[in-house]
Amino acid sequence: MTRIIDANLITDTVKDLFIKANTCLRPDILAGLKQARKNETKEKARYALDVIIKNAFIAKKKMLAICQDTGMAVVYLKVGQSLIVKGDLKKAAAKGVALAYKKGYFRNSIVNDPLVRKNTNTNLPPIIYTDIVPGNKINIKVVAKGFGCENVSKTRMFRPTDPASSIEGFVVDAMKDAGSGPCPPVYIGIGIGGTLDKAVFLSREAIFRRLGKNSKYKHIARLEKSILKKVNNLKIGPIGVGGSVTALGVSILTYPTHIAGLPVSVNISCHATRTQEATI
Amino acid sequence: MSPFAERRKVNTMRKIVLPLTKDIIKTLKQGEIVLLSGPVLTARDAAHKRLRDALKEGKKIPVVLKGETIYYVGPSPHRKGEVIGSCGPTTSSRMDPFTPLLLKHGLIGMIGKGERSKEVNLAIKKHKAVYFITIGGAGAYLSEKVKSAKVVAYKDLGPEAIYRLEVRDFPVIVGQV
Repeated sequence: MTRIIDANLITDTVKDLFIKANTCLRPDILAGLKQARKNETKEKARYALDVIIKNAFIAKKKMLAICQDTGMAVVYLKVGQSLIVKGDLKKAAAKGVALAYKKGYFRNSIVNDPLVRKNTNTNLPPIIYTDIVPGNKINIKVVAKGFGCENVSKTRMFRPTDPASSIEGFVVDAMKDAGSGPCPPVYIGIGIGGTLDKAVFLSREAIFRRLGKNSKYKHIARLEKSILKKVNNLKIGPIGVGGSVTALGVSILTYPTHIAGLPVSVNISCHATRTQEATI
Repeated sequence: MSPFAERRKVNTMRKIVLPLTKDIIKTLKQGEIVLLSGPVLTARDAAHKRLRDALKEGKKIPVVLKGETIYYVGPSPHRKGEVIGSCGPTTSSRMDPFTPLLLKHGLIGMIGKGERSKEVNLAIKKHKAVYFITIGGAGAYLSEKVKSAKVVAYKDLGPEAIYRLEVRDFPVIVGQV
């Protein structure tokens, strides 16, 4: 049945999601950090994890940004085809971003042009993806993506005949090259298949999956576990001080691809992985 | 586990009073955790580019680098009554192309996150300077270690302006000496 909502509802929801994402660490990520702290034996790594956990506690209590890099705002709108939004949907979402960054005292990190580089002072524009799905609801997902880890993310087009082990090597090397820059322990999102852009898109979507959960496909779940083990064997450790946890988890999403290709994208996300989601 | 477990560790850490001197730096060991108290300047990408351009053109720069410590940070705004918003380190390697020049002009300490280039590590040794690593992504925690903050140059750069911060018991790990 057709349903009508006002675009203001989109604005409010997007605003609330970004405020929550930037100040309240995801419970699954926090649980992952606490588990890592419990397992860690190296003194410096334990100290770093203690500070990271206490940071989440302070941020939540004071409604303060978990990390000063409150990121570039990415918004995913899955709009039910029987839903009518009164007003301008994309403008409403962007307004929600601007309000969240102002109200939340978040840093404005967006420049107007990649070469001219003048701060827009609103954290606008966001990146908005839309999708049409059945139903009369709208699903809104947001990511506040910091660039310390964005800068070390990588994509490569493999040969279709390359073994899964070469993908493992690619991901492990990406993390090795990144070192402690992306704020380990990280959550690694990987997209495999589709086209160049689809693989990148999947790698971002992958970090929405609850930490600790593996792919429903057995061969992919195996690959996730194997990559996690190899990344942790790098012993980069929390903030690079060494130790047993360099990554909290690995999440892979796949899509059918072309006979001639095997695109792979690695999206490294810091220990302050900031995503939120709501359906209205 | 208590969220305050880090406090027990903090009580036993060595404290360093800023500004740094070559004599203090001599005593620092790579990998050692220390707590810094005193004044630091902030600067990140855009401010570094301006400093470099001015120095190359022989112009006067708005800060004195001699004996100074720079913290690579672009803080988030603060609420009324607070000193500073979230203020964790940004990736230091982006400042690598500018660092040897600043060291030549007297910069003695740096605070950031991540590894530095070979060239920068050599320059740090040559100038008897130090690179500290602090806890990336812990901007809320670190904001409690900042006691005052004031913009001193390049105000138009917003979060990328140069601030003078006064820090107390600010935790860092000696990355390179």
